Amino acid sequence: MDWTASLHGLIGGVLIGLSATWLMATLGRIAGISGIISGLIGTRPNGDHAWRFAFLLGLLSGPVLVMLLGFGNVAAEPEAVIGAPAGGPGLMLLAGLLVGFGTGIGSGCTSGHGVCGLARLSWRSFVATLTFMLMAIITVYVVRHVIGGGA
Amino acid sequence: MKVVMGYIAGLLFGLGVAVSGMTDPARVLGFLDVFGAWDPTLMFVLGGAVITNFIGYRVVLRREYPLFAGSFQLPERSDLDARLIGGAALFGIGWGLSGYCPGPAIASASGMTLPLAAMLLAMALGWIVSQRMVRSAGR
Repeated sequence: MDWTASLHGLIGGVLIGLSATWLMATLGRIAGISGIISGLIGTRPNGDHAWRFAFLLGLLSGPVLVMLLGFGNVAAEPEAVIGAPAGGPGLMLLAGLLVGFGTGIGSGCTSGHGVCGLARLSWRSFVATLTFMLMAIITVYVVRHVIGGGA
Repeated sequence: MKVVMGYIAGLLFGLGVAVSGMTDPARVLGFLDVFGAWDPTLMFVLGGAVITNFIGYRVVLRREYPLFAGSFQLPERSDLDARLIGGAALFGIGWGLSGYCPGPAIASASGMTLPLAAMLLAMALGWIVSQRMVRSAGR
């Protein structure tokens, strides 16, 4: 096992957990990315937009800072920060629609249901997390081992 | 002050996904590929985040209200419905196809590529469509 990669994962995970705790402590909000960012689009600007936009700026600037420090964890290139996409624009259009629509009607993604919901011991979030994990594992299995023949 | 707090939360989140390697779809897909060359990194990320936040919430929610807002806004529903499970299932398929969930996809914007741009645009479109649907369904 690659212990450096796992340690990076653990440090990054603690930072994500601190982010969620921080947002609850200061603004009383769940740190769910799909909820925070989708609240910026498709709805009229209101008093709630400023902190959401600031969160987005922070989310974008974090990886840039990690790039400057050379502390990334890309599998193919250990110090790189942003990995290459797993497919072309067509596949990503389909995946993007599914991720956007699914998290939209399912009220959350990996952060809202996973990081925050599980920490609150929410039954809905537990079921949602189990569902999207299982579906993602089945999808990767079909793509890599049934269609792709084990890439 | 709310803006500063929001920025710090976003920055911590962005640092977290970048340091952990979740901005690399290959790491995420490697975790989901349980029948291939399994990559356990995501397990440490989610485990570290949930345990940290579990402790954090226990401390923070002892207060009556947050530091810079009137009240804690916590989801109160506990029933399961088709929207929750159907939405999570569709999200899981998209996640498995791309290796991107919303946080890492957006955080990867500084390494913009055509496929990532397609992912982000389609994700935004998916959110708008879901908002229309949920609104017209009366909730």
